[in-house]
Amino acid sequence: MQNLVEHFQELVRNGRPLRIRGGGTKDWYGQRLDGDVLDTRAYTGIVDYEPTELVITARCGTPLAEIEAALAARGQMLAFEPPHFGTGATIGGAIASGLSGPRRANAGAVRDFVLGCKLLDGKGDVLSFGGQVMKNVAGYDVSRLLAGSLGTLGLLLEVSVKVLPRAPREATLVFEGMSEVDALRNLNEWAGQPLPVSASCWHDGVLALRLSGANAAVDAAIRSLGGAHRGDLMPDCARFWASLREQQHAFFDGDMQLWRLSVPSTVGAIVLGSPQLIEWGGAQRWLRAPGDVATAERIRATVHACGGHATLFRGGDKSVGVFQPLAPAIGRIHERLKAGFDPAGIFNPGRMY
Amino acid sequence: MIPSIPVDPERRQQVAAALRAVLPARAVLADPEDTRPYECDGLAAYRQLPMVVTLPDDEAQVLAILKVCRDLDVPIVPRGAGTGLSGGAQPLADGVVISTARFNRILRVEPYARTAVVQPGVRNLAISEAAAPFNLYYAPDPSSQIACTIGGNVAENSGGVHCLKYGLTVHNVLRVRVCTIEGDVIELGGDSLDAPGLDLLAVFIGSEGMLGIVTEVTVKLVPKPAQAQVIMASFDDVATGGNAVASVIAAGIIPAGLEMMDRTSSRMVEPFVKAGYDLDAAAILLCEADGTALEVAEEIARMTEVLREAGASAITVSQSEAERLRFWSGRKNAFPAAGRISPDYYCMDGTIPRKQLAHVLARIEEMETTFGLRCANVFHAGDGNMHPLILFDANQPGELDRAEAFGAAILALCVEVGGTITGEHGVGVEKIDSMCVQFGAKELDAFFTVKRAFDPGMLLNPNKAVPTLQRCAELGRMRVTGGVLPFSNLPRF
Repeated sequence: MQNLVEHFQELVRNGRPLRIRGGGTKDWYGQRLDGDVLDTRAYTGIVDYEPTELVITARCGTPLAEIEAALAARGQMLAFEPPHFGTGATIGGAIASGLSGPRRANAGAVRDFVLGCKLLDGKGDVLSFGGQVMKNVAGYDVSRLLAGSLGTLGLLLEVSVKVLPRAPREATLVFEGMSEVDALRNLNEWAGQPLPVSASCWHDGVLALRLSGANAAVDAAIRSLGGAHRGDLMPDCARFWASLREQQHAFFDGDMQLWRLSVPSTVGAIVLGSPQLIEWGGAQRWLRAPGDVATAERIRATVHACGGHATLFRGGDKSVGVFQPLAPAIGRIHERLKAGFDPAGIFNPGRMY
Repeated sequence: MIPSIPVDPERRQQVAAALRAVLPARAVLADPEDTRPYECDGLAAYRQLPMVVTLPDDEAQVLAILKVCRDLDVPIVPRGAGTGLSGGAQPLADGVVISTARFNRILRVEPYARTAVVQPGVRNLAISEAAAPFNLYYAPDPSSQIACTIGGNVAENSGGVHCLKYGLTVHNVLRVRVCTIEGDVIELGGDSLDAPGLDLLAVFIGSEGMLGIVTEVTVKLVPKPAQAQVIMASFDDVATGGNAVASVIAAGIIPAGLEMMDRTSSRMVEPFVKAGYDLDAAAILLCEADGTALEVAEEIARMTEVLREAGASAITVSQSEAERLRFWSGRKNAFPAAGRISPDYYCMDGTIPRKQLAHVLARIEEMETTFGLRCANVFHAGDGNMHPLILFDANQPGELDRAEAFGAAILALCVEVGGTITGEHGVGVEKIDSMCVQFGAKELDAFFTVKRAFDPGMLLNPNKAVPTLQRCAELGRMRVTGGVLPFSNLPRF
């Protein structure tokens, strides 16, 4: 493994642009793919896993499936439920892409669980930040900054992540014939009550609500919500949430471009004239739309006006910009961070902005 | 103690005049009589009269102060309630303090969105009080929460006894509005999730006032649990207690609170709070469940079974809210209790992987002999954050030096077993030299990269938290005397 790190360092010192790649399951995500491929898959293996410490440490090329299996064997999980988007997804890619799954609004995002990391920076140095402990305020929290950085600051060699026990009980209520407006209102109201909600999905007049927690809490919620709003239990609900996480739900079929709208959950129905699927209690809304510049501009402006931001998640013409443009002062901070960690601009040039 | 540096009166007059030209008169303090209360924070051994203190009450005033300081090249020290324990708000003889004392309004509580928008000088507990009518609260609860401010919490990434289950400040703050030293107003995070670009909010939280001046914070509010109950379990030795904590976690339970005290601590606090602690137990574990009545009953039953199997010698479950608070009172008052039995004390804040607990406590016990001083241990057992309290008397020749050496040895031990020198109190000036033990030159350099990305001129809270390489090379020790702490009656940790 040390040889591999030296190999990576050599690639960096060669000074040619590098495109970090694990399983290649998220190649379509982001602005541009430039540079020679730096394949992380050989740098693999769980370095340390202590279920009672709630921490797992793994090398970046470790398959996400291997990590999830190791955790499941001890009744634990990655609570941010990272999407794989294909076979061979790695933990490094999951952290660097910063994408979270159905549990995001309730359990937290990728960055909320990152405790520490080893980073190969653009100077070819291996740096260590954070650690394997939950509470650590020594130095700036660079590990969390790297979550979602799309490999633009360096190669994440190793990462330590907080894990959580799986809930003793999980069940899903399905509410048929619930309008978008009613679903959004219900989701926001329920979120203000001590209910064990762990995921939600509204599409085409149907709301699915996942409950996870102590037996007593889940049972009580099924009785109160199911009774008041005529919800039925969904059989085999684990499969439904996995398919949603992996965007295998029928909503995601076809070639039309996919937008991710991140908005305050309390925003009412956003009328853009295209079908939507709503997750995260209203905070994440997926939109299928035709791929022209005028549509893109209309989506960005509408979402910005309601306090959110839009990402051209998949498909379409990326010349409209994949990510919402940054305020100039924030853009300046980005440039300085990039210049500090990767002065020669070697890592994933143009992947983010 | 580092010697206080005299303030240059001419420079003070120049800077104060420039500030008075752009601020209301009441917002600028320059007379030593007025600036004296700002000479230290909770780390009272370090005292330094600031050159000037400013008390802005809106964002325009903050921007005006930053402009004056930028133009005149004056360093800035932000300050909340001054309850911090690591000297993060310690003033500079040539610097301006920006106090948030008057910047303290709750702007909105939005029950439907489950958020509150507040100014930085709002007290932590005031947020929960404002949210209480809606059955919501702000989860992070540092023990100093009646006094400490949200601005300070953002600077330190404060935790609390419930953070294993509910998270730290970084998990509960959605947005900060910040004035940069360059005069821009930026928003990090937002009302929507996962803001575009790099996660600057994550790196800003816990940055000890070195990256920008916060003018507004949006926090997440969460539903208040209907009830809570706590188990008090006794153990005949510390290792068994540590293993019992591991067993609770292994059983798939994340308690709302999970705290341990050693015998020295329980004997220290019992006469003070009369909590009814088992004084023969080598370790006492407090293990809390919260939620609906049914949930709490289910979790208390499971935890009781696990703790009994793990070898608890006695188990008591709180039967009323009054009893629950009494069980907690000793744990929360360890700090004032130490002040009663010892003239001075030195409080440490390292975090360790929990499996190392027995080893670390045994090593600390050996150190008590080596350094000839007693040490009481209180421990956030759920997340491995330990607060050894080294008891000493500064008036006894040599005890100060021994306490310092003892503390440094404990921090080095925390790093050695895979932990960190500070879990929640911050580095500030207090632990700046121990940073050299935990980080190498390249990491420190990366921290300066972050610093310069926000503050190229290095004017915001300079020489705190991240040591220069020269400083690490020179490496000297510092000390803390607890007996003279302000807010010494506040519950801590």
